[in-house]
Amino acid sequence: MARTLVVVGNGMVGHRLVQALRDRDAAGAWRVVVFAEEARPAYDRVALTSYVDTWNPLALQLDGAEFDGDDRVELNLGDAVVGIDRQARTVTTASGRVQAYDTLALATGSAPFVPPVKGSDLPGCHVYRTIDDLDAIRDTAERARTGLGRGAAMVVGGGLLGLEAAKALRDMGLSPHVVEFAPRLMPLQVDEGGGALLKRLIEELDVTVHAGTTATVIEEDRGRLIAKLTNGVELDLDLVVFSAGIRPRDQLARAAGLTVGERGGIVVDSGCRTSDPHVYAIGECANLDGKVYGLVAPGYAMAEIVADRILGGAATFPGADMSTKLKLMGVDVASFGDAHATEEGALEVVFNDAVKGTYRKLVVSNDAKTLLGGILVGDANDYATLRPMVGRPLPGDPGALLAPAGGSGGGVGVGALPDEAQICSCNAVSKGDISEAIVVGGCDDVTKLKACTKAGTSCGSCVPMLKQLLTVCGVEQSKALCEHFDQSRAELFEIVRVTGITTFSDLIGKHGSGRGCDICKPAVASILASLGNGHILAGEQASLQDTNDRFLANIQRNGTYSVVPRIPGGEITPEKLMVIAQVAQDYGLYTKITGGQRIDLFGATVDQLPGIWKRLVDAGFESGHAYGKALRTVKSCVGSTWCRYGVQDSVGLAVELELRYRGLRSPHKLKSAVSGCARECAEARGKDFGVIATENGWNLYVGGNGGMMPRHADLLVSEVDKETLLKVIDRFLMFYIRTADRLQRTSTWLDAMEGGLDHLRDVVVEDSLGLCAELEAQMAEHVKGYADEWAGVLADPEKLARFTSFVNAPGTPDPTITFREERGQRVPVLLGTPEVIAR
Amino acid sequence: MTALAETVWVELCPLESIAREQGVAALLPDGTQVAVFRTHDDAVYALGNQDPFSGAWVLSRGILGDIAGVPVVASPMHKQHFDLRTGVCVDDETVSVPTYPVRVVDATILLGQT
Repeated sequence: MARTLVVVGNGMVGHRLVQALRDRDAAGAWRVVVFAEEARPAYDRVALTSYVDTWNPLALQLDGAEFDGDDRVELNLGDAVVGIDRQARTVTTASGRVQAYDTLALATGSAPFVPPVKGSDLPGCHVYRTIDDLDAIRDTAERARTGLGRGAAMVVGGGLLGLEAAKALRDMGLSPHVVEFAPRLMPLQVDEGGGALLKRLIEELDVTVHAGTTATVIEEDRGRLIAKLTNGVELDLDLVVFSAGIRPRDQLARAAGLTVGERGGIVVDSGCRTSDPHVYAIGECANLDGKVYGLVAPGYAMAEIVADRILGGAATFPGADMSTKLKLMGVDVASFGDAHATEEGALEVVFNDAVKGTYRKLVVSNDAKTLLGGILVGDANDYATLRPMVGRPLPGDPGALLAPAGGSGGGVGVGALPDEAQICSCNAVSKGDISEAIVVGGCDDVTKLKACTKAGTSCGSCVPMLKQLLTVCGVEQSKALCEHFDQSRAELFEIVRVTGITTFSDLIGKHGSGRGCDICKPAVASILASLGNGHILAGEQASLQDTNDRFLANIQRNGTYSVVPRIPGGEITPEKLMVIAQVAQDYGLYTKITGGQRIDLFGATVDQLPGIWKRLVDAGFESGHAYGKALRTVKSCVGSTWCRYGVQDSVGLAVELELRYRGLRSPHKLKSAVSGCARECAEARGKDFGVIATENGWNLYVGGNGGMMPRHADLLVSEVDKETLLKVIDRFLMFYIRTADRLQRTSTWLDAMEGGLDHLRDVVVEDSLGLCAELEAQMAEHVKGYADEWAGVLADPEKLARFTSFVNAPGTPDPTITFREERGQRVPVLLGTPEVIAR
Repeated sequence: MTALAETVWVELCPLESIAREQGVAALLPDGTQVAVFRTHDDAVYALGNQDPFSGAWVLSRGILGDIAGVPVVASPMHKQHFDLRTGVCVDDETVSVPTYPVRVVDATILLGQT
């Protein structure tokens, strides 16, 4: 019979323990019973602040948090454990349930520390820990907004979490004041010099910093709050958030008689075992070697250790890397190793560039030969290279490492690191692990490495290192499009754009070899079309197109085609619906409503296509480009015109977007949607670019996808007006068209982008590459040059002549195409395959 | 002396009915479908029109090109490549499609039948 592990707490660390055990316990020796205080499945607390972007709790939910389909895991949400009986080996829950255990794991986490300030329990005072906390903060903030002018908020605590809270409050439309007791922000991570720069950069973002002081009292005053600081300042406030550190939640353990540390935390040994051998403690509630770790990486390490121990292993805590790298309101801050030079004789090398707004410090051993730690503020690009070098001999003069030469760590590559060096500190993956996955495991790209080793799957800062390691291990990451072109698609795009080449023959003659194939021909045809080279069937272009583009319809399994007229935004008149119905009836076409809010007509033969389209075009329809690697549809909900919840005209915007970008050829298909309110009925976050209305404008999300690899789109800009929105979408799409690989959707393009979403935002919002005017101009060309492809065919006898089934018998239908009836419509009779294939 | 069966050449269409690097389908009197291709150098090839993997009669609509120097057509269904000269599938040599003798006389394409 299986033994029972009871896990108390369902935060990130508790969840990791269950996952790790289930991954390793192939024999099914253990069943797991989880008790969670919160009523929702485990979510990403590290990303809590991003909840403000969407107010959608599901966006934060961890992968596999519900353990669907795993009958070895019983997840009890909203039922906290209230007592432990170590003699009987049972726990009792708030609902009165008594559950026996063989082994118990405490992952109760921590509670926010609220300093003893008078008035800290007044309404309007909050902590910053859970989704519910943020909902409560939002309620208060919204009430503040209904008052006069901009509301104000105080954040008590200027550490990592405090600054996160300040960002969230700013995003909610409040003016935040950060009050920090220490003389600088983020006192644990940065030194005085870094702190001074950080304060300057943060204050440029409308956050007021009060360092070296503290609040003594908070009072109610005519519906608002007044906070008095020790430096004499009085703040007029709408709400207060305490984020002044954490306290381990060890009350359960105390009551059960387990040993706890002097300053709190359940005391555990290096195997995470408490004073009771049947009980483990992991994460922020545990006290290991007198320390409580408030980061997720050490918590994950503890979870892995306990999973190993439960299954008979002997893993021990390897020590924690307290290195941190984050981007706060666009400001890079990184701190690693012995950042404060506490080691005896440690030397500091500082490079402070007040003009550029960067502060860089390395801490080295007294012989200047070993790197001990460092601090980077303003630009933390070198963090990925520098952090793994901690404790290792320096490859050169420390000053040279700091020189801001292109941000590549002064030329120090990953090749210089020893195998034990940790590349991914979030998931504790060493250089040796990654090299092995490449050499032995056969991982030959970053995506496979991520799946195989988990490296790069949390914060992503080590992804550039993974690419370097692939190269170091001799994996040639060929960017050649196919055997005819050594260039990548992006490179070919640039060649065509810069040289003005207009034909495939010219391009392959000058820059490729051979005659081309089914990979490079459609790719180049798409590039030529993106840059506007007339009709896609004009001249030689026709021979480059895949059959769908060649016949401007979608081939189906029996060799017939389907037809999709454009229905912008999914909005259609009854008269136009009747035209579609009549055409379908006359040609005997099977009809189906698509996921993109239009109508697909199936079963047309090549020679029927012109007749069908003649009638559609005459009735005012145009090509829907369902056959092209091009913009497909812009879905919409009904929006504020009809919906009692809608806050903007989503249909109107969807129609406008669809008409603006129709016919735009791109590396892969493009889908879009517009939702009229936060309920998101149009599913915009599953699209390549999705727009969601807010009361004050539009939020733009990019890189979403459904299908086999679903991905929620990321927020690129928020609450912008329509003019700005169109500008950013223009730039985003053109940047994608220029730089993506062949058949690479925006989701994988964004995932593979070095610097990720931040980089994308730098390029298309902040214009860091100075490209935006060019990208906008290119889109303007497209919009101006658009013409309906089907109307173009119907007007040209030469193009029309290609739509025949048989060259020697025009008008004769293909005798191999036959239909049967199913649910009242015609469907294809399945075709046999010839005997030659029967082996 | 035994008389050998003579190849009968049937007129299909003018060469100009096929654009360079494209194909067309032709229907023979016995119902056979033939895919006829014209490559960049005006060479003409004829294969059976049925894609042996999907069973659909569509090979004439494939993209032409070369794989390691071999002239091929890629099936528009699932992109297997067929050698235009032999009909053999480049991706799986156990599979092939029929080939037909074909020639161009006075800018007209003739298909050979035995």
